[in-house]
Amino acid sequence: MKKSVIFGALTVAGFAAGAAAAGTLDDVKARGKLNCGVTTGLVGFAAPDANGEWMGFDVGVCRAVAAAVLGDPSAVEFVPTTGKTRFTALASGEIDMLARNTTWTFSRDVDLKFTFVGVNYYDGQGFMVPKDLGVSSAKELDGATVCIQTGTTTELNLADFFRSNNISYEPVPIETNAEAQQQYLAGACDVYTTDASGLAATRATFEDPAGHVLLPEIISKEPLGPLVRHGDNEWGDVVRWSLNALVTAEELGVTSANIAEMAAGTNNPEVNRLLGTEGNLGEMLGLDAGWAKNAIMAGGNYGELFEGNIGESTPIGLARGLNAQWTDGGLIYSPPFR
Amino acid sequence: MTTLTDPPKESFQLSMLIYDTRYRSMTIQIVALIGFMLLIGMIISNTAQNLADLGKEPSFGFLMEPAGYDINQRLIEYTSQSTHLRAAFVGLLNTLLVAFMGCIAATILGVIIGVLRLSKNWLIAQLMSVYVEFFRNVPVLLWIVFTMAILIETLPAPRVFKGVETGSVVFTNRGIYVPEPLFARGLGDFSVFGAFDVSIDLLVILAVLFGGIYAARKVKLRADKTQEATGDRPTTWHIRLGLIVVPTVAVLFALGFYLGYPELKGFNFKGGTHMRNSLIALWLALSLYTAAFIAEIVRAGIMAISHGQTEAAAALGLRSNRIMSLVVLPQALRVIIPPLISNYLNLTKNSSLAIAVGYMDITGTLGGITLNQTGRELETLLLLMLCYLIISLSISAVMNWYNESVKLKER
Repeated sequence: MKKSVIFGALTVAGFAAGAAAAGTLDDVKARGKLNCGVTTGLVGFAAPDANGEWMGFDVGVCRAVAAAVLGDPSAVEFVPTTGKTRFTALASGEIDMLARNTTWTFSRDVDLKFTFVGVNYYDGQGFMVPKDLGVSSAKELDGATVCIQTGTTTELNLADFFRSNNISYEPVPIETNAEAQQQYLAGACDVYTTDASGLAATRATFEDPAGHVLLPEIISKEPLGPLVRHGDNEWGDVVRWSLNALVTAEELGVTSANIAEMAAGTNNPEVNRLLGTEGNLGEMLGLDAGWAKNAIMAGGNYGELFEGNIGESTPIGLARGLNAQWTDGGLIYSPPFR
Repeated sequence: MTTLTDPPKESFQLSMLIYDTRYRSMTIQIVALIGFMLLIGMIISNTAQNLADLGKEPSFGFLMEPAGYDINQRLIEYTSQSTHLRAAFVGLLNTLLVAFMGCIAATILGVIIGVLRLSKNWLIAQLMSVYVEFFRNVPVLLWIVFTMAILIETLPAPRVFKGVETGSVVFTNRGIYVPEPLFARGLGDFSVFGAFDVSIDLLVILAVLFGGIYAARKVKLRADKTQEATGDRPTTWHIRLGLIVVPTVAVLFALGFYLGYPELKGFNFKGGTHMRNSLIALWLALSLYTAAFIAEIVRAGIMAISHGQTEAAAALGLRSNRIMSLVVLPQALRVIIPPLISNYLNLTKNSSLAIAVGYMDITGTLGGITLNQTGRELETLLLLMLCYLIISLSISAVMNWYNESVKLKER
């Protein structure tokens, strides 16, 4: 008797677990809202503006996915996560996807059971120091005090870099970017290290950005991209191809300005397939035919998102560099829409 | 003729489990227990099932893998190539360090404030009331962050000291550097199970010091005996002081003791002992906060002693300092110790807020970076809970033993 009750409980638990693991797409549609994990605030990538509206490059990816799935780029619940809480939030199903400049690594993919759907920013870890420190290379940092955000790959890269160059340092672990900024500006640490894009974004918010320099060494490869849980391939496909749609749109010259015109039909079959006037790509994904059009209209194509949030015309001022389209010698490359 | 009838044989029927008051409560308890165990079983099996579905079977193998990260404050040898287990151990020692320092500072402060709050001096008593109300009514996390902010923003950065003659103690916004004891003819280290090293110099000095204290106690006991027997108390303070100081100084001299002073080299001060900001902020905030509670406990303990005791002691001609230390406090301790234990436990558990200022305690290493790098939430958190449980139970055990020794002996 007692045994059968336990087995019964087990089966119920098993079903519950199964239900939670599959069908994120249906969950999102039923909920009418996409739960998207972002940073607690990194200007340019994800931060609330003066009106409390979330803005940024990673936020743009969330909005594109929401637009593709629900047809409404504002149907997103942004969940701020720290470096420590982000994976637990994703694994537990609290968020549907994570777009939080998260580095794609072997162990996160294989051991933590996540699926990285692509790369939206090719980054590397850099160092920022005050100009008056007179340091021109990271190799001169012997004995320096270094502020790091805990729970990131930067901690491990930093340990490796200093060990391989046989120099010492004093790590100061810090929970959020804002606290790191405070300690760095007060001189409690000599150096602040994180992804170069994050450093540029942080520097842009300083009172005197010119008083701080980024050192030339980039000590790691940090491909940042959105990720989802393992085991729900349909949902992974939706996020992956929403991102690819943004990239392809830039490659094909589809912008938020001309998309209405192009969606009426063009003589380029690839544009037509992308925008849903030809073929049934949307149906294959379980979405409606205008999914990619909605995604692009949410914030523009990949290039527009980049320029509008972190590009050279913004205070953050990042050059396209590695993140240029492959046709311009960069690494941004989407598989064909076919 | 009389017939003896046996009393009716009591036969047990199942219905008696419910209708017989002798059995009913037991039945209800057993049913409730089974229900409770089923609930626990369901939670455990559900967790195990979900973890299995995610492909993450619980395993503690990750503890033996290299940690890969560095820790700034380490009381034992540790590099980024050490294992996660060792990183956890480094964190555990940091937790114990701040808890130990915090408990001592909180007790000293708390006793002083508690006694002063009862002072007849109006100003002092009011000031202490303000202190107590101010500290215990603001969350400790805010105190920790606030203390850290003060240290960072008000103290100068090390580079300010470039070309400046610094004293033996340097205050910077990265921490305080104090001179460190060094030995020119040190005896080296002694490895315990190959896991960590203990300085033999320290052991020798401690042994000599405690030997001296023990000898001094013996002398004092003899003096007490002489006083009881003859009424004359021989002067022994110079002998006792000599017994403690002379051998210790001799050992220090033999080992070639000298102080290493901090010196600005490159980005930071080198040499000297570095007390990091994070440690100071956490220590100060935890002890100031807990001291407010301890002060109230001490005040309650003193007020629990009948005023007649004080008056009787005064009638015997004792001065008020002696009344406090000889009559009131020893009796008040019986009331003070039990709630004091729970405050020590609180302080230790509150030390897990360390990550707010980047102090690498066990929550920061095992429950922070290790958890994050390995993704083993369940295992690390279980280990973490186990660690805190063991620390707390040990503190309770020690304090309960102490409580036994001071409580009123009823014969």
